Amino acid sequence: MSKKILIVDDEPNIVISLEFLLKKEGFEVAVAADGEEALAQVASFNPDLILLDVMMPRKSGFEVCEALRSDPSRAGLLIVMLTAKGRDTEVAKGLAIGADAYVTKPFSTKDLLARVKDMLGLA
Amino acid sequence: MLSGWFVVLLSATYVGVLFAIARFGDARADAGRSIISANVYGLSLAVYCTSWTFFGSVGRATSGGLSFLTIYLGPTLMLLCVGVIIKMIRIAKAQRITSIADFIASRYGKSQLLAGLVTVIAVIGIVPYIALQLKAVAASLAVLFDQPGHTIHLWGVDSTFLVAGVLALFTILFGTRHLDATERHEGMVAAVAFESVVKLLAFVAVGVFVTYGMYGGFVDVFQRALAHPELAGLLQLDSSRAGAWASMILLSGLAIVFLPRQFQVMVVENVDESHLKRAVWLFPLYLLLINIFVLPVALGGLLHFGAQGGNPDTFVLTLPLSQGAESLALLVFIGGLSAATGMVIVETIALSTMICNDLVMPALLRSRWLQRQQQSDLSGLLIGIRRVAIALILLLGYIYFKAAGEAYALVGIGLISFAAVAQFAPALFGGMYWKQGTRAGALAGLLCGFSVWLYTLLLPSFAKSGWIDSSFVEHGLFGIDWLRAQALFGLSGLDEISHCLWWSMLANIGAYIAVSLHSRPDALEAGQAERFVDVFRHAQRVPDSRLWRGNASLSELATLLERFLGPQRARQQLAGYARTRRVSDWRSLPADAEFVHFAETELAGAIGSASARAMVSSVTREEDLGLEEVLDILDEATQVRAHSRELEAKQQALEAATAELREANERLRELDRMKDDFISTVTHELRTPLTSIRALSEMLFDDPKVELEQRRRFLGIIVSETERLTRLINQILDMAKLESGRAEWTTGEVNVGDVVREAGEALGPLYREKGVHLSIDIAEGLPVVLADRDRLMQVVVNLLSNAVKFVAPASGSVSVVVAREKNLLQVSVADNGPGLTAEECGVIFEKFRQGGNTMTDKPQGTGLGLPISRQIVEYFGGKLWVESAPGAGATFIFTVPLAKAAPEA
Amino acid sequence: MKRLSPVRQRLGALALFGVPLLSFPVLGLPQGEVAGIPAIFLYLFGVWGVLILLAARVAERQGK
Repeated sequence: MSKKILIVDDEPNIVISLEFLLKKEGFEVAVAADGEEALAQVASFNPDLILLDVMMPRKSGFEVCEALRSDPSRAGLLIVMLTAKGRDTEVAKGLAIGADAYVTKPFSTKDLLARVKDMLGLA
Repeated sequence: MLSGWFVVLLSATYVGVLFAIARFGDARADAGRSIISANVYGLSLAVYCTSWTFFGSVGRATSGGLSFLTIYLGPTLMLLCVGVIIKMIRIAKAQRITSIADFIASRYGKSQLLAGLVTVIAVIGIVPYIALQLKAVAASLAVLFDQPGHTIHLWGVDSTFLVAGVLALFTILFGTRHLDATERHEGMVAAVAFESVVKLLAFVAVGVFVTYGMYGGFVDVFQRALAHPELAGLLQLDSSRAGAWASMILLSGLAIVFLPRQFQVMVVENVDESHLKRAVWLFPLYLLLINIFVLPVALGGLLHFGAQGGNPDTFVLTLPLSQGAESLALLVFIGGLSAATGMVIVETIALSTMICNDLVMPALLRSRWLQRQQQSDLSGLLIGIRRVAIALILLLGYIYFKAAGEAYALVGIGLISFAAVAQFAPALFGGMYWKQGTRAGALAGLLCGFSVWLYTLLLPSFAKSGWIDSSFVEHGLFGIDWLRAQALFGLSGLDEISHCLWWSMLANIGAYIAVSLHSRPDALEAGQAERFVDVFRHAQRVPDSRLWRGNASLSELATLLERFLGPQRARQQLAGYARTRRVSDWRSLPADAEFVHFAETELAGAIGSASARAMVSSVTREEDLGLEEVLDILDEATQVRAHSRELEAKQQALEAATAELREANERLRELDRMKDDFISTVTHELRTPLTSIRALSEMLFDDPKVELEQRRRFLGIIVSETERLTRLINQILDMAKLESGRAEWTTGEVNVGDVVREAGEALGPLYREKGVHLSIDIAEGLPVVLADRDRLMQVVVNLLSNAVKFVAPASGSVSVVVAREKNLLQVSVADNGPGLTAEECGVIFEKFRQGGNTMTDKPQGTGLGLPISRQIVEYFGGKLWVESAPGAGATFIFTVPLAKAAPEA
Repeated sequence: MKRLSPVRQRLGALALFGVPLLSFPVLGLPQGEVAGIPAIFLYLFGVWGVLILLAARVAERQGK
């Protein structure tokens, strides 16, 4: 059974590229354009891993991450934060609130895939 | 015919009411809840209007026309010099001044001689004035009982004597109840204010009665008078009397301050300086009201009674009586009684204080009798002296009235008194503003002025009464022609009052200045001069205690206070003083200079500054400081003040500089933080398109087998993201140029209508593609504006492309209106999109803040369009803003000022 | 040096203004009658009233 990945970003072009990349690798993919939609998708789609943009309308990536981490039934969910802001303070903040990894945009597709597979135990 | 009993009963009732008011006022004062408000204070000043005003003004108007008004215009002008009066009040409070004699004596080194001289001048000057009041009451009684020219007897006693007796009793009861530290009589002031209201009402009542009851109003009275040639003259001013007019204004202006009763109510009885603000207009208004009917009543009387028609001074009574209006006549009688009693009470209290403190006390203090009574309480003796003085003054007034009686018209006596007290002006004003004025100068000035007054005014009035030989008036003293009393040195052509004022002031001021300049003040005088002239700067008693050095005994000073204030009051004051020095028991106070100063000030409140000074000196061993040392101390105090002011100024400057630096630092930090945020935001905006470009390019590069359609789609995205990146970089650079002011502008005359039309054409394909309706409405004949055409185009294109982004496809519509708004050109771009919340309206003009929570997908904007547009519009001197509400679409409006003052379209 | 308060200065100015208005030769100017009342009567009471009005406005305005 293939692993499920949820892509959350408000930039449609980034979603398109990530969706294409991950589907090609055989993952089951769902997308969300903002924080609230992301929480809804987590409930219905039940992903194994979530690629979460930080700067989004309605609910930021940080808030989504905090909400997910406060839910014990989602303890196994892996969270990878994506951000275009590369400041150290933000990386630290993301990790502190429970993200499993932090990837800075723009990223190398190969590196991202390798990271995702590694985290899902597929390497 | 009015019944004698009824009049007596009415008068008694009225005096009873006064008693009640005075008692109430005193009780409230004792309870610490003063009833002296600004209005009461203002009305109490109207004690100025005596029976001389009440009866005499009409009499004066029958012979001098409007010239009686000078007596009331002078005070109006004087009162406007609030600064002078406030300074007087401030000094009086600081020095515990009890009378005008005290004020002058205190300024010139607490001189007993000067105080005595002022008192003598005041008594001699004022006794005829008191006689005048008695005469007025007697005359009004005579009219009321229809016995003009006869003395009325009640129970075999001369009614005037009875009136004087009742007034003395009233004054004694309420003026000398106890020895106040500040010599205030709040009950008396309240009663005087009440009397002022009564006499005003009474006079206005008779004025209305005559003007509107007996005649048909002002116009009727004046017209009838004009028909009589001898009366018509009263209705115009005689310019040959210009000198008299001016000297009357001067004289009455001085009298409002220097008459002992006026000094008493205005300065001594003042409880709050701010009350003057009311008095400064309320009192003149009172004077205006009480005078407005004087001329009509005078003319009415003359018209009614004809040429021989009795005494004009009693027209206010005889006119109502001639019409049978007896109750009005009674009201007028009460009004006149009010005017007389008010004046007599305040005047005798003021004079009795002066006589007691400045004539009797100095004599007593020297007498062996007092020295034998070392330990006894003298406060009772003081009150006793004052009571006797009150009775004596009224007795003197009565005797003068009996002797002078019919000799002189009422108004003549009043002006003689005015001229007497005017002699205080040089010494008093000089003392307040000129530090070089000395005691010798003040004595010389007063003596010279008083002598001239005596010779040119008082003695001639005696001569007119036939008491003394009048040859010195007609032929000059010893037959020397240039010594003629009312044409001194041949100065003729002036009325007697102006003549006296002119010569006495010349002698007074001349002697005061000349002698002052040629004499040196002693140490005490120099100190007092400093305290008087610089009273506003001596808020705290800095040099006071340093100007006294010597040995004193606490118990001896305390005994002194007990003797003169009474044991109870003395203890009270001592305890109060101990509290201010944070000592629980006054017996443990140090007997230092400050305590001596306190004791002296307390005593001054009871017995006057000169006597207080003498008493304190008698129980202390004071070292003589000498003038040089006093001047040094004062000089030092001035220098210290100057230094501390300088220091203060420097400290303030330093504090201001520090605050400025802190502010600048704060601004720099804020700028730094903003720059940091800006860079972080720009980074984010640049990384976002780069992410898509890199990811898609890598995928295409790694996998050559991607389907053609997919490949085309990806390449399309890459191209558009690259364009977005380019646009972003361009706008950031544009923004940076605009903000730093390095942008290049080609300013010229621009037709905004053309620009909008062109922009609409350029964006036409975009609108058509999305199916959005664009309407452009440009007003006819718009003037050109001064702007950069390309930049203006940039703004319009930005607004139009924003609008099309935010409206729904197909149903969306955007309308542009260009119109003239006064001297502005206004362009508005309205859409029917989702609108903006109030909060969003504010933030969308900030960099990288895009509206659009309600949008389906992210707008392809950079977040810099609106901030740039705003910068451009503001550069042209216009404004850019948005009006919107959620769900109601948004209207972006910008204005550009017209090139010049273009003519109205 | 402490400056005089503006209220005191304004009232003082009113006094300075009033003196010439209420003295000769200005007083010689109003002649004849206005509406049946001697012009000088109207003038004197008018100037007086205006002075009082201005003084009231200056003094009662809430400054301090």
